[in-house]
Amino acid sequence: MSTVPVSAVPIFADENWRLPSRGRVGMLSLIVGESAIFTIFVVAYIYYIGRSLTGPSPKILDVPIFNTVCLLSSSITIILAEHAIKHGFMWRFAAWWALTMALGIEFLVGTGIEWKDLIVNQHFTISTNLFGTTFYSLVGLHATHVVVGMVGLSLVMLFTLTGRVKQEHAERIEVLALYWHFVDAVWVVVFTVVYIVGR
Amino acid sequence: MADQTLPIPGSLGEEQQRAGMLEWLHSWVVTVDHKKLGILYIVYALFFLLVAGAEAIAMRIQLAVPNNHFLSPELFNEFFTMHGTTMVFLVGMTIIFGIGNYLVPLMIGARDMAFPRLNAFSFWLSAFGGLFLYFSFIGGFGLYGMGSAPDVTWWAYAPLTAKAFTPGHNTDYWAIALIVMGFGTLGAAINILATAFSMRCRGMTLMRMPLFVWLMVVTSGLTLITITPLTAAQVMLVIDRFLGGHFFDAQAGGAPVVWMHFFWIFGHPEVYVLILPAFGITSEVIPVFSRKAIFGYPAMVAASVGIAFVSTTVWAHHMFTVGMTSVGNTFFVLSTMMVGIPTGIKIFNWIATMWGGKIRFATPMLFCTAFLFQFLCAGLTGIMLSVAPWDWQLHNSYFVIAHFHYTLTGSFVFCIFAAIYYWYPKVTGRMLSETLGKWHFWLFLIGFHVTFDTMHFVGILGMPRSIYTYEADRGWNALNMVISLGGFIQAIAVLIFAWNLIYAYLRGKEAGNDPWDAWTLEWSTPSPPPAYNFAADPVVRSRRPLWDIKHPQDPDWKYER
Repeated sequence: MSTVPVSAVPIFADENWRLPSRGRVGMLSLIVGESAIFTIFVVAYIYYIGRSLTGPSPKILDVPIFNTVCLLSSSITIILAEHAIKHGFMWRFAAWWALTMALGIEFLVGTGIEWKDLIVNQHFTISTNLFGTTFYSLVGLHATHVVVGMVGLSLVMLFTLTGRVKQEHAERIEVLALYWHFVDAVWVVVFTVVYIVGR
Repeated sequence: MADQTLPIPGSLGEEQQRAGMLEWLHSWVVTVDHKKLGILYIVYALFFLLVAGAEAIAMRIQLAVPNNHFLSPELFNEFFTMHGTTMVFLVGMTIIFGIGNYLVPLMIGARDMAFPRLNAFSFWLSAFGGLFLYFSFIGGFGLYGMGSAPDVTWWAYAPLTAKAFTPGHNTDYWAIALIVMGFGTLGAAINILATAFSMRCRGMTLMRMPLFVWLMVVTSGLTLITITPLTAAQVMLVIDRFLGGHFFDAQAGGAPVVWMHFFWIFGHPEVYVLILPAFGITSEVIPVFSRKAIFGYPAMVAASVGIAFVSTTVWAHHMFTVGMTSVGNTFFVLSTMMVGIPTGIKIFNWIATMWGGKIRFATPMLFCTAFLFQFLCAGLTGIMLSVAPWDWQLHNSYFVIAHFHYTLTGSFVFCIFAAIYYWYPKVTGRMLSETLGKWHFWLFLIGFHVTFDTMHFVGILGMPRSIYTYEADRGWNALNMVISLGGFIQAIAVLIFAWNLIYAYLRGKEAGNDPWDAWTLEWSTPSPPPAYNFAADPVVRSRRPLWDIKHPQDPDWKYER
């Protein structure tokens, strides 16, 4: 051992010392946790399909195709917004961000109209039967996440309009966008389970 | 905060003293420092350890003799529900995240957690969740009667939790408190993960992290996917109770068994969430007091991750008596037995670390050595209970209680005590008394074995859990008296421990930076560490950075790969 010269000892390369961004690690962790919550609700939904002892059945649902298209395309617009801020095009960023928000709001309004029709016209509520319980809780859980996402998006919009969001915040925007992508991806699962498999 | 004093010169007037006091309190309320939050977590957990311990003692007085009337049946139900819920959520979860909060940044050479404000938010969520849970004793109609504390057991099987069977707000307190604490825990877990992955000092690669940090990472990852199912199930319960939902309502087609699945998908990995940090503590203490580097570091890491994975596939071994298919039973029997493999690897590695070492039996090492033996016993009764036919005989008996108290008291709590004796000098700058520590250890060890060894027998003799009294002709009288006496011995030991904590804080011997001649980074800082932890960012070249500094002619990095 004593023959090994000190300089020959492999010393780790200082300049290569890189760590993952804490925002991204934190958001990915949150997404893993949230996925587990959704998994439980989805499993409950699937398990209880067809087990309601009284009507109405899932046949009363209309497939919200326009809503789905809007929400999924908001994932594309937010990617374009991320690109814009990364390259410092602030006005383009604001425009794509506003469009993302508009699509998100459209989704919430669409869900509101759907629910109003079910509750007011068809008298179908969370306590009507097992289907009502699982339907409103699963779709409602997702809608809650959209609302939370909208709060985040609105804050960014507010700070963008007051000129506080700059190019150097691109990474933070990316972290928030991760959450939004997650909300969209979950909708694919919820949509499949509720409106295709369950119906 | 008993363990913090304010340097107030005698010349100050009363008003100024009060202002100083307020400022000091304020500094604890608004703090985002990981060390202060860690201390808050730990003090909070120790307080509830005493509360839940007192509940256990009250139950043991009630059960010491047959046909006793010390506690009413209702209060007995409330006490065992609150004892379980408190010990798991308010003591176990908070103390591991407290110790993790304090140590993870120090061990990886960081100045704080990744998200200091989220850290404070998580603590206060957990704290208020716990206070809300205990408010149930006086809230509602509590003051006029027995209190409206939760009384549906800590696993709260449906349909007992339905509005029709538990009217009033007992169960609501339980569900909502656990939802709030669940979010606090989620925040803490996210923070630990982000800290360990993104805040390491130069040279601290993943395979150089201290095992305690590794185990906190595994625990936090497991927390992400186990606490959240509980939160989801509690939300369903709240929907059932407040909005008239039917998730667990058999009369509307819902299935109470679904609750059991959801609860145990959380409940079983939860045990590993608690025990994995205990493994981490042992993996730090045993090498230092055996004067050897940990044996088989990569195997230890792999085994920890393996335990986490296997633990997510075993939940239905809590449900053998429900009546699953034979395929289901077989699967959960085999998956449960598989847990024995990675845990066995760990036990052998700890023994191999001690083997041939120059062992110093200071108090932390005593607790860890006892942990090794008791965890082995707990694992063996666990294998027994994993055999479905055996479980059919002994399910919900005191044998099961004895088994999980062997894991949670005999293993988890012993490691927590070891951790406090080991790191107390770092946190406060003062040594705990070794004499009192040995009294604490031996009394607690004897009390533990008197209580929980005996519980196995009374369980095999057929005594079911959760009963508030029993007939005198069952042959359980003498054994129950022995169990209760053991409980008192443990209580005395814990009081000695509490006295030791307070006395050492005021009069303890000065500790210095590194009283145990240890090797991880936290011992390179002053005791207690300053707010910024490290004056200069440390650079690490091996798993034992302080060994390298103390032995420049024979550093670890020459041999580590």
